[in-house]
Amino acid sequence: MTFFDHFGRYLLMIKGMLTKPENWRMYWKELMKQCQDIGIGSLGIVVVVALFIGAVSTLQTAYQLVSNLIPKSTIAQIVRDTVILEFAPTITCIVLAGVVGSKIASELGNMRVSEQIDALEIMGINTKAYLIMPKILASFLMIPVLVIIAGVLGIWGGRLAGILSGILSPEQFDEGLLSGFLPFNVSFALYKAYTFAFIISSIPAYFGYFVKGGALEIGKASTTAVVTSCIMILFADYILAALLL
Amino acid sequence: MIEIKNLRKVFGDKVVINDVSAVMEAGKTNLIIGASGSGKTVFMKCLVGLFEPDRGNILYNGLDFTGMEDEQRKELRQQIGMLFQGSALFDSQTVEQNVMFPLDMFTRLNHHEKLKKVNEVLDRVNLKDANKKFPAEISGGMKKRVGIARAIVLNPRYLFCDEPNSGLDPQTSLVIDKLIHEVTKEFNMTTVINTHDMNSVMEIGDHIIYMYQGEKEWEGSNKEIIYSKSKKLNDFIFASEFLQDVKEMRMLEAEGKAVNGKNGK
Repeated sequence: MTFFDHFGRYLLMIKGMLTKPENWRMYWKELMKQCQDIGIGSLGIVVVVALFIGAVSTLQTAYQLVSNLIPKSTIAQIVRDTVILEFAPTITCIVLAGVVGSKIASELGNMRVSEQIDALEIMGINTKAYLIMPKILASFLMIPVLVIIAGVLGIWGGRLAGILSGILSPEQFDEGLLSGFLPFNVSFALYKAYTFAFIISSIPAYFGYFVKGGALEIGKASTTAVVTSCIMILFADYILAALLL
Repeated sequence: MIEIKNLRKVFGDKVVINDVSAVMEAGKTNLIIGASGSGKTVFMKCLVGLFEPDRGNILYNGLDFTGMEDEQRKELRQQIGMLFQGSALFDSQTVEQNVMFPLDMFTRLNHHEKLKKVNEVLDRVNLKDANKKFPAEISGGMKKRVGIARAIVLNPRYLFCDEPNSGLDPQTSLVIDKLIHEVTKEFNMTTVINTHDMNSVMEIGDHIIYMYQGEKEWEGSNKEIIYSKSKKLNDFIFASEFLQDVKEMRMLEAEGKAVNGKNGK
């Protein structure tokens, strides 16, 4: 299949899930389950990644700012902006592409191979709507929240690393944190989070939903889904930066 | 009743189903038999709408399934139950939740009523004390029973079974066959079974269609099959010497009965 075949089928999948649910209560239940899987299930790794990225960015920024003419509080400014603009949305979402994306692709792939999707179709259920739509909606709800948490923890991790290593005092860090703050940067991070949320959920759903074969193919689909999602995240990251900054 | 008219399905250059017509009557177990690659699975998937046929019509009680709008199809599909080869139970749900799923999705019954219905159907398939178990914790035969229970919980008019005996021992196969046959009669369903199992053919084959290379080669009942003159069918059904002996014994028995009948015994 060519790229255009895949893209066409992907668009048809998105179109196919836009129908009236057979039973709102069951869709709601599925949405809540997905919110729990995507949100709570990924919280641990997001916390760890965010803390360390913030901490490392403080240490590396301090390492590069060797001039005494530059105030120490600049380190906090740089850490704040890099965490909000890039690390919290992009790195978190690349990690989530691995965690959530592989889970979505393998779950749907297993359902396809074991005929569970066929069983739902025969019952008269729109499987694209019932299985894929709640995953995308749950990603829209939970991934921006995870990105905000990552941003806050990233900055906090940076502050902690700066204080523990003696690079700068808490007062210096807080001074830098508050100076020249642009609220638009937070909006920009959220635009990214929503865009990446769609990529992280819909691309693995596509590869999982249309898998053919057995366990080996599910593994391949899962890997392809993660790789494609990561590339699309980086591509979208560049496009958004070029358009909005 | 399901009426199939001149069904044709092509994948690329390969004609998988070629001009097959048949009538599947209500209250009967209709068996589709044939060697691997003969097109019986594709045929069944066309009947339930998992594949779109390239030509021909499928009429469910006179309603043309092939030309139906999506909404109409959805409604009709709620009258269809299907038992899959691997049972296709939802891994993350218990036996009870699996059987309750169609009720949750398509009825407005309260939890107590749904639970009562689930227990009734699980009783009907002789499955007790397994409500809270997950599919991974039960045997293959039990999974098939849960699959049947889930398929019949909405009282469907049509039941499709794709190789219901695959992976089961002969004794359990007989139990499953008997169960499908009984529920077919009890609920007057039109049951279509895709099978390789010759025991099923002989035991419950009210109406049998033999497929050979995508075409309908022979059609009849389990009583007629031993008299079939089709070489392809005989080669397929009575492949082993043992089964040939069974065929000869059955024919002798039948002839004996006919002679006794003539003599008034």
